[in-house]
Amino acid sequence: MLVQYAGLLIVLAVLVGVFSYGSEHFFQKNTFVSIANQIPDLTLVAVGMTLVLIVGGIDLSVGSVLALSSAVLGVLMVQYGWPLWGAIPLCLLAAAACGLFNGMVSIGFGIPSFIVTLGMLEIARGATKVVTDSQLIYIGSAVEPIGEPLPGVLLSPAFLLAVAAVIVGQFLLTCTVFGRYCVAIGTNAEAVRMSGIRSAPYSISVFVISGVLCGLAGLAHASRLSSADPNAAIGIELSAIAACVIGGTSLMGGRGSVVSSFIGVLIIAVLQTGLAQLGVSDAQKQIITGSVIVIAVIVDALRSRWVNEH
Amino acid sequence: MNRDANPLLDVAGATKRYAVTVLDRCNLQVRAGEIHALLGANGAGKSTLCKIIAGLLTPNAGHMTLAGQPYAPANKQAAEAAGVQIVQQELNLIPTLTVAENLLLNRLPARAGVIRRKELHARARRALDRFGLSDVHTEALVGSLGVGRQQMLEVAAALDRPCKLLILDEPTAALSAAETKTLFQLLEQLRQQGAGIIYISHRLSEVAALADRITVLRDGKYVCTRKASELSTEQMVDLMSGESSQQAARQIGNNIAAAASSEEVALRVEGLSRGIVQDVSFTLHRGECVGVAGLVGAGRTELLRAIYGADIAEAGRVHLGNDPRPHRFRHPGQAVAAGVAMVTEDRKENGLLLSQSIKINTTLSAMWKRFSIGGLIRQRAEEQAARSMCESLEIHSTSILQTVGALSGGNQQKVAVGKWLVRDADVFLFDEPTRGIDVAARRRIYRLFESLARAGKAMLVVSSDLEELLEICDRIIVLSAGRVAGIFERDDWSAEKIMQAAFSGYVAAPPLQATAQKTARKTTRRRP
Repeated sequence: MLVQYAGLLIVLAVLVGVFSYGSEHFFQKNTFVSIANQIPDLTLVAVGMTLVLIVGGIDLSVGSVLALSSAVLGVLMVQYGWPLWGAIPLCLLAAAACGLFNGMVSIGFGIPSFIVTLGMLEIARGATKVVTDSQLIYIGSAVEPIGEPLPGVLLSPAFLLAVAAVIVGQFLLTCTVFGRYCVAIGTNAEAVRMSGIRSAPYSISVFVISGVLCGLAGLAHASRLSSADPNAAIGIELSAIAACVIGGTSLMGGRGSVVSSFIGVLIIAVLQTGLAQLGVSDAQKQIITGSVIVIAVIVDALRSRWVNEH
Repeated sequence: MNRDANPLLDVAGATKRYAVTVLDRCNLQVRAGEIHALLGANGAGKSTLCKIIAGLLTPNAGHMTLAGQPYAPANKQAAEAAGVQIVQQELNLIPTLTVAENLLLNRLPARAGVIRRKELHARARRALDRFGLSDVHTEALVGSLGVGRQQMLEVAAALDRPCKLLILDEPTAALSAAETKTLFQLLEQLRQQGAGIIYISHRLSEVAALADRITVLRDGKYVCTRKASELSTEQMVDLMSGESSQQAARQIGNNIAAAASSEEVALRVEGLSRGIVQDVSFTLHRGECVGVAGLVGAGRTELLRAIYGADIAEAGRVHLGNDPRPHRFRHPGQAVAAGVAMVTEDRKENGLLLSQSIKINTTLSAMWKRFSIGGLIRQRAEEQAARSMCESLEIHSTSILQTVGALSGGNQQKVAVGKWLVRDADVFLFDEPTRGIDVAARRRIYRLFESLARAGKAMLVVSSDLEELLEICDRIIVLSAGRVAGIFERDDWSAEKIMQAAFSGYVAAPPLQATAQKTARKTTRRRP
């Protein structure tokens, strides 16, 4: 079971080792707690992105949808005085609607999801600004429990939610007909059609799932900042795609693993935190992170060539 | 073959092998100033031979000389430099570029990398006028032209380069009568200038009118070279079809025939039309194996796809078994649910998930039906089914988790068929089930047909290999230019009759078609 993740886990372990050697503050409980409480949004988004990439699509709208759902949450709780449990369903519904739109338009009209979700990236961001009047909405303590470590466990509900999403996502992918057909559609949609399978319901569902996960990520994001930021998570789509690619998910569809993407998220987070502790400048951090992504893709290309030849 | 002392092109012993040998020690001599027709049934090796001459394929053996010099082009550019131009069946134009840019693509007039538009269009204009295309605008996008015009443009592009030898592979398939006439005039000019022309066409009347000599290929082998004036079109067909005898396979055919005693209808197609396929009707009984013969482009694959709902039929109905409701499937899913399965011609394109495992491919169509409970995969049942299919079809693999793309063609084909055995169906549509696979795998597929027939399944088999159809089928439906040109029963068919029917839709005067349609009607009436 662990064998297929061995390569990624080794990379992760090496990074942890290097940073522990380089900085005496790194290998401490606080570092890991802070990483764990930073990554829920990216993890949730990356789970959805993995599924979308597997069916051969891409979702560029994740950051805007995340911001929109947290804005809906903030407005409902602050301006209308809704309780958290009442605002959450609506915030998820808004995110699901965005995903449904992405799926219906790209599958129904046969338009590349790259373009449709690029449009949604702008639409949802604009909607967020309309909803919030382009102002940061401070929600306060009502939303904080989700992002704060549970007593005794040191992990936040948001983190546990993200881990649960990874587990459910991986289960969906490997143990259900739904997941099997997603992989098949991403491999060769025409062969799937000629096998007598209608692929549209599966592909559209995947975009909806990605939307809902962005909604949950919006929740996690709002709870960590105690507020809804109309400019939240700009560019998170690229981090999510990077995590998926580091995890070996193919941008051409048909291959990927949710767990691997999660490890990809961890690698990115450890890299960020570790480099910061070493006192590396932001500019250098960007160069190093970018290099890691490119190297991961090269390694993956070599791997698949090796597999093809053997 | 009386060998010329110094022909323009001399090909000796050209051989091309993939998994199977598609061209086996072929000879061809083309003289300067002659139109040399290359004839043969589908898969006889005509296109392969031409591609070797044009530098698109490298032969495994054999040698060539061009104008007395040894000639072994490494690629198309080398062949073109030597004066050998080819116009292929598939168009090689770039639809988003203009006519002028396509014509002069590899020698665009430029100064310091900047295209000189005036000169480009002037040169293109001169070339177009020379080739009778004065109505085509040089600035028009190629994609906006009709297929016939594009084909002519491709000929023009070939002739605009220095041309000692011109190869035309089915040039008139997409041309109108007027365009064909222009083309023939061009070829006549070219012949008078002393160029050699190799001409491939299924239209035998055209060949008879145009060619000086004819070389016939069959099953990748050289048959003979004759003067065109010595051969009638019937004799051409005879030479192409040849004789056949494959005892083992024939025995299987007899077994299938014996199994087909049922009068129960499995599939009835009425007046089906879609694209080239026009008004096709026939009936398939349980336990029967019916072949669909015809030339490339006769609409065989299109017929299967229209039945299966891969393309939506424009007219006509499909009846299945005892179901009184007529169908016109709009998605393969509907056909599969109604008990129809289709094994596609192109395994790579739409038959298999090449980068996935044998297991995933095997169970794909049957996931909901057989291998899941409440949406969860029954992993063990799935593995068992894949393993037992590998065993029963003798699929050679390291494990059921092996990637299908890593299997040989024959084993891939077994997986493509096996997936439908796992799903189960009443009517099986096979498109070229044995293309490109070796003899052993072919036998295994035939034996499978036999057991399907015994189990009362109905099979419709499209094949370009007429011998194969003669061996395994109870009946053969011949399509010609999209229409049924004859339905032949096992006791009154012959390769000659079938080939004549296959060509009947393309021959100028169609005396054959009347009788062929009578046969078709007779057959349908006998089985109401």
